[in-house]
This record gives sequence, structure tokens and C-alpha cells, in this order.
Amino acid sequence: MAIKTEPFVVNFGPQHPSTHGVFRMRMTLDGEVVVDMEPVFGYLHRGIEKLAEGRTYTQDIPFTDRMDYLASMTNNFAYVLAAEKLAGVAVPERAEYLRVIMAELQRIASHIIAVGTFLNDCGAFVTPFMYMMREREKILDLFDMVCGQRLTYNYMRIGGVSHDIPEEFMPALDKFIREMPGFIDEYDQLLADNEILLARAKGVGILPKKLAINISASGPVLRASGVNWDIRKVNPYSVYDRFEFDVPLGSAGDSYDRYRVRVQEMRQSVRIIRQAMEQLPEGEVWNRMPLRLRPPAGEAYAHIEAPRGELGFYLVSDHSATPYRFHVRAPTLINLTALRDMIIGWKVADAIIIFGSIDICLGEVDR
Amino acid sequence: MTVALSGDEVAGKLKKKFPGSIVESGADSLLVKSESLLEIAAFLKTAPGLEFDYLDFITSVDYLDYFEVVYQLISIKHNHSLVLKSRCYERENPALPSVVSLWRGADFQEREIYDLMGISFEGHPDLKRIFLWEGFPGHPLRKDFK
Repeated sequence: MAIKTEPFVVNFGPQHPSTHGVFRMRMTLDGEVVVDMEPVFGYLHRGIEKLAEGRTYTQDIPFTDRMDYLASMTNNFAYVLAAEKLAGVAVPERAEYLRVIMAELQRIASHIIAVGTFLNDCGAFVTPFMYMMREREKILDLFDMVCGQRLTYNYMRIGGVSHDIPEEFMPALDKFIREMPGFIDEYDQLLADNEILLARAKGVGILPKKLAINISASGPVLRASGVNWDIRKVNPYSVYDRFEFDVPLGSAGDSYDRYRVRVQEMRQSVRIIRQAMEQLPEGEVWNRMPLRLRPPAGEAYAHIEAPRGELGFYLVSDHSATPYRFHVRAPTLINLTALRDMIIGWKVADAIIIFGSIDICLGEVDR
Repeated sequence: MTVALSGDEVAGKLKKKFPGSIVESGADSLLVKSESLLEIAAFLKTAPGLEFDYLDFITSVDYLDYFEVVYQLISIKHNHSLVLKSRCYERENPALPSVVSLWRGADFQEREIYDLMGISFEGHPDLKRIFLWEGFPGHPLRKDFK
């Protein structure tokens, strides 16, 4: 007997815990299977690019904190690099090292959230997430020491960083760096070969290598598909060319690979921080610039390997104190381009895992 | 290190194939006529030695006399980059060819430019506003937006 069925439209989000913010997917379902999906953006659009045109270069730094609010340090980093390139500002060496240390700590903190929420989505409800949050807390304490903030740091400045590290920072960082690898081991032991995780994530939501390049994917999403493209390696900025580290790659481009790449990247970040601590020179941390900095007319683009992919700022100056144009290359918006291809044909429960494995932050997608 | 190819160098390779299409070339960028943008982009994507397989980002700037659209192209194979630009002098209905057929990464970015700057991309599969709602008056990133 043939059963008469018809497609059914479900609005997934914008208010839904699995959307990791205010993202909406307009899914067309055939039973439990997703047959079409349209992403709907804009629920967190604050017009940051326009707002930034009305503030000075220094006043724009706090705006960057509020884009990818799970990785404010790296947002600061990318922006000040672009502003420094535009204005031709030199940065003291000690500040470069501090920036690298903060950026790598931020990568760990951000991947902790990515991996924790991913496991949440897989059904390992909250327990692994809380384990992860426990470690993230230590990083937030470290950030608190250097800038007094736990989420929106506003730590980097054009020409350096706002404060040198306090006395208690290095011992606390050292302790964290010694403990973190053991914690990742423990975490891996519990989860990496967990049968349920493998069943839910292996082979699910494959992003083929060719498509990943064609949709301009970046970060762990691109590398999980087997593309060896890490901006810290292929176009080293700051002092990244002085550190030894590997670029973890996936092979299948499935949700599991994206999860594994992030876990392995945390280990590499620990390696980089350890080297940076050993090499950290003494000296000034801020080559102070006028508050109303007026870069020469022109344009500059600087990009970094942020936790979620290639974050870049394109700035145009007309020799006034405010940017003429302030554009953000938001990695997560671009990484979502392939979401439709990745989830069509999967069941709703898989769609949530696939979406979670991309790891987005709506503050940055919508800006 | 990603090598930034100079506009002049790439222009030399294009001149023969696309006579009259190059408006200006400099050390940092290559400015081409909007009518030949898609053809040139297709050539840059596949030409041996160039192979710009990765569209890093697209953005637009309103210089009041014209809109400038900026394409940063990267070749993952050769690890080099190029800044390709094109201009629209029309203010009422500015339009450029869409490059989604070459690099799908342009999809949301062209929608973003259409939404916030008001430039249409001909041939885009689903050109509509992305952050603001349909019916929003004007395009906020334009310099004359009130």
C-alpha cells in the first residue's frame, strides 16, 4: 500500500539551543529526512561595519570584541594587524610574543566550546561540556589577569598590547600548560573512540576537498577536508615563523574529522605557547600611537588564522581619523556556504550534528 | 609566505587574450572593466601558472563617483594571491557579473554586498537581502545613506 506523503517545512531556530545563537534554518523535511534547507541570517546584525566608519581606529577595537565573542583576542589581533599595516606601525617584540600567547590560549578556549557543544549536540549531554568549561575557566582567569576582562578583552592596541603581564601570570600559565595535555589525553580516552560518537559523527556531513576550496572554507572546516592551509604556516604573521608546530589534517571531511582536527589543534597550541614562553623577550609592550591616528590614504588587508578560520580585516583610509571602509572577512559566514550541501539527505538529528561541527558564532556571521 | 602577485605582472599575461579589458594595473592590484570581469576571472581560475582556485573574499567600497568591488584571489596550489578590482559608475542600479558560477564562496558575500551596498550581481542564483529584511529602505554602507 502506498502512503501519501508531502514535504513539510520546519523553522529550526532562531530561538533554539542547538543553533548556538540566533541562526535559523528553514528546513523542508520528508518524514525525518532533510530534502532542502535555506539558512536565514541577520538576527544579530548590528551594522558593525557601518558603526566602525564613525569611530576612530582605536575606538573600533572594542567592536571587534563583539563579533566572534568566543574569540575576542584573535579578533583584536586581526584588526590591529590590519590597522598597523595601513599606518605602517612597528610593534615591540615582547608585544608580538604576548599576542601569540593570548591568541593560542584563545584558540584553546574557543575549541573547548566548539568541541563541548558538538558533543552536546551528539547527545553526550552536558557532562563533557562541563569538563571542558572547567579548563576554559582557567584560561579566562589568565585573561582576567592581563586585562581585567573575561569575555570582551579589548587587550590589543595599535602598536602593541595595553598592559604587560602581571607577576602572577607566568606561574599560572606554566601550570596550565603543564596540565592541559594530560586533560586532553583524559578527554580523548573517554571520547575519541567512543562507539556512539563514532556512529553519530563518522561519515556524517561530508565536505569533499574540492567543494571546501570552492566555497572558500577556512580553518578546521577546510583542514578536516584534507587541505593543508593554515595561515600561520602559509603566510606567517607576527612571530609565528619562529615556532615549531604541526597542522592537523582530516581525510574524510566528515563531522568526526572536524572534531578531531580541533582536539589536535589544542595540543599544537600548547606547543606554541610553551615555545613562546621560553623565547619571550624583555622590553616595552606598546609603541604608543596618537589616539586619533591618521593613517596615510590607501588600503590594507591583514588576515590571521582565527579559531574558526581565516579572519581578515580590509581597511580603507582617506587620511582622516576614522576608517573610510571597514570590512570583515568573517570565516563562519563563508563556512556556512556549504551547509545546505552537507545536510541534504540526512535526518534532522544528523543535521544538528553537521551544523554543530562547522562551529559558528553568530556575532561574527551577522556582525 | 603567500606571494602577492603584482597587478602589472598578471596584466601582462592577460593583455593578449583580453585586449582593452584592463583599465589599470599597479603593484598591488589589477582593475578590469566590469563587462569582461567574469571572463577574466574564469581565465585566472584555470590558467596554468596562476590557478586561483580560492576566492579569499569579496568586498565593496563606495567612493561616491563609483563603487569599487574588490576580489582577493588565492591559489592554494602556488600559494600566491592577487587583488582584482572592478568598478561600477552607475549609482541608481549598479551591477556586476556574479562569480558564483566559478567560486561558490561568493554566494553569501555577493548577497551581503547587494544588501548593504546595493550592487546587483547578474547571474547570482538567489540574489536577495541577507542581513536586513526585504523592504528595508536603502543600503546602509553607501556614503549617502541617511
